[in-house]
Amino acid sequence: MIVNEDTKQQQVKSMESYLSPLVRNMPPSGIRKFFDLANGSKDIITLGVGEPDFTTPWHVREACVYSLERGVTAYTSNAGMIELREAISDYLHDSFHVAYDPKDQIIVTVGGSEAIDLALRALIVPGDEILIPEPCYVPYSPITSISGGVPVGIETFAKDDFKLTAESLEAKITPKSKVLILCYPSNPTGSIMTYEDWLPIAKVVEKHDLIVISDEIYAELTYDQKHVSFASIPGMKDRTILASGFSKAFAMTGWRMGYVCAHPEIISAMLKIHQYTIMCAPVMGQVAALEALRNGMEEKDRMIESYNQRRRLIVQGFHDIGLECHEPKGAFYAFPSIASTGLSSDEFAQRLLLEARVAAVPGTAFGNGGEGFLRCSYATSVAQLTEALDRIGKFLHKLTQES
Amino acid sequence: MSELTELKLKVLDLLNEDARRSPLLLSTLLGVEEEAVKEAIAELEADHVIVKYAAVVNWSKIEEETVTALIEVQITPERGRGFEGIAERIYLYPQVKSVYLMSGAYDLLVEVEGRNLREVANFVSEKLSPIDSVLSTKTNFILKKYKQDGIIFEDREEDNRLIVSP
Repeated sequence: MIVNEDTKQQQVKSMESYLSPLVRNMPPSGIRKFFDLANGSKDIITLGVGEPDFTTPWHVREACVYSLERGVTAYTSNAGMIELREAISDYLHDSFHVAYDPKDQIIVTVGGSEAIDLALRALIVPGDEILIPEPCYVPYSPITSISGGVPVGIETFAKDDFKLTAESLEAKITPKSKVLILCYPSNPTGSIMTYEDWLPIAKVVEKHDLIVISDEIYAELTYDQKHVSFASIPGMKDRTILASGFSKAFAMTGWRMGYVCAHPEIISAMLKIHQYTIMCAPVMGQVAALEALRNGMEEKDRMIESYNQRRRLIVQGFHDIGLECHEPKGAFYAFPSIASTGLSSDEFAQRLLLEARVAAVPGTAFGNGGEGFLRCSYATSVAQLTEALDRIGKFLHKLTQES
Repeated sequence: MSELTELKLKVLDLLNEDARRSPLLLSTLLGVEEEAVKEAIAELEADHVIVKYAAVVNWSKIEEETVTALIEVQITPERGRGFEGIAERIYLYPQVKSVYLMSGAYDLLVEVEGRNLREVANFVSEKLSPIDSVLSTKTNFILKKYKQDGIIFEDREEDNRLIVSP
């Protein structure tokens, strides 16, 4: 078929006009931009990956394969298999001291991402302000906007170890504030919140009658101390929607298995959206997730121990090559400051990729407060980390000689 | 046997993954002083917990191919010494790569390596079988090694993660 180039151009232009302005004006992810730059290049060492470097443990994969052989391929109940919800309930109780009834307080979702989307869609009335501590996981703000909410960033700072403080939260509260999204342990900063850190936050939440969406996907990945769930803080359980999943703790990112726990009335609202849009999470993933909870704890602990070793390596490494880096107490990211080089995060990350062949994500991709920092994932082998640190060191040396 | 400290166990785990890791690297990974790691390693070596630092070789990758057999050996134990004396008589041969005392249908499992099939067969008929207390042998040749000491020889699992992800 012969297509006139001009008409083709015109058509493409006009197609855009069909789009919702909300989506059309949504900025592309800063991470995506970077991915395009790095993709296809060989000999790159990447510290840009936001997922474990372990393959899902074999017993989990095998359980899934076996279930397929037995023909377990039908829909499950909307909220997910009851055995899985029971296992999640037991696990959360044993590990984080929060009690949720598997019958009406838990939904199995397509990754933690769907859990957050469901929560926001269930809560937001257009115009509601959603408070988001930054730097943070990229999608919170765009998902908020899609639902008609207004994202309000709360900058956090290296001097506070990127913890959220009651003062900075209070400063952003208006009569329209409705929801606070929390993500600790934090992607990208690796910062955590202790019981003592949470208490003043809980006071503000109560005072201003906020609902909290607590994204605790990295809950298992804390070092030297146990994660404290926001839902476990006295008085906060009913105000909290706890979103989590299997991706990080059990090395199951590609399975897209998550869950969300909340008050029965909130869960039943979220379940309506879930059943109309998703029906149920994939049964294969649910079978695998159940196996992970039943028999995967030892392997999980082994992986966490290994992240902890590499965490020490990367922090020491940055220190040795002269990059300031606060100690990340959770997740698998280090967030060193590159401000001393005089380059912006974007410039630094681009030049590091092109000149030193190391990929890392500029802090600015994660919102306010990210300028001057670089997100480096240490979920990669000791040999690769050592080589990456060596390359970054040489790159820094080159930068100082230039100036 | 001296009781192993937690540090020693962790050092063993990390060296078992890669024996070339330096005490400095180990101390960083474990968050302890380098001196403590050096001390732990010295003690592990002195106690023969760490016996040797050797490479795991996939010999089938190189031209000079060898054959390996696992030989099940039934023996009569000696009065007073049990199986020790005979095990020693067998393991001192350089072509014997490993010797295990087994429960079950036979007593010793002997791994023997040779340049070819005949060399191994000769070892069995001329050295192993003639030992007085050896009652019988059963020779099983290894055709291919998939995994040894927890290490997969041809790992097909690649890192297929995206270079950058949120």
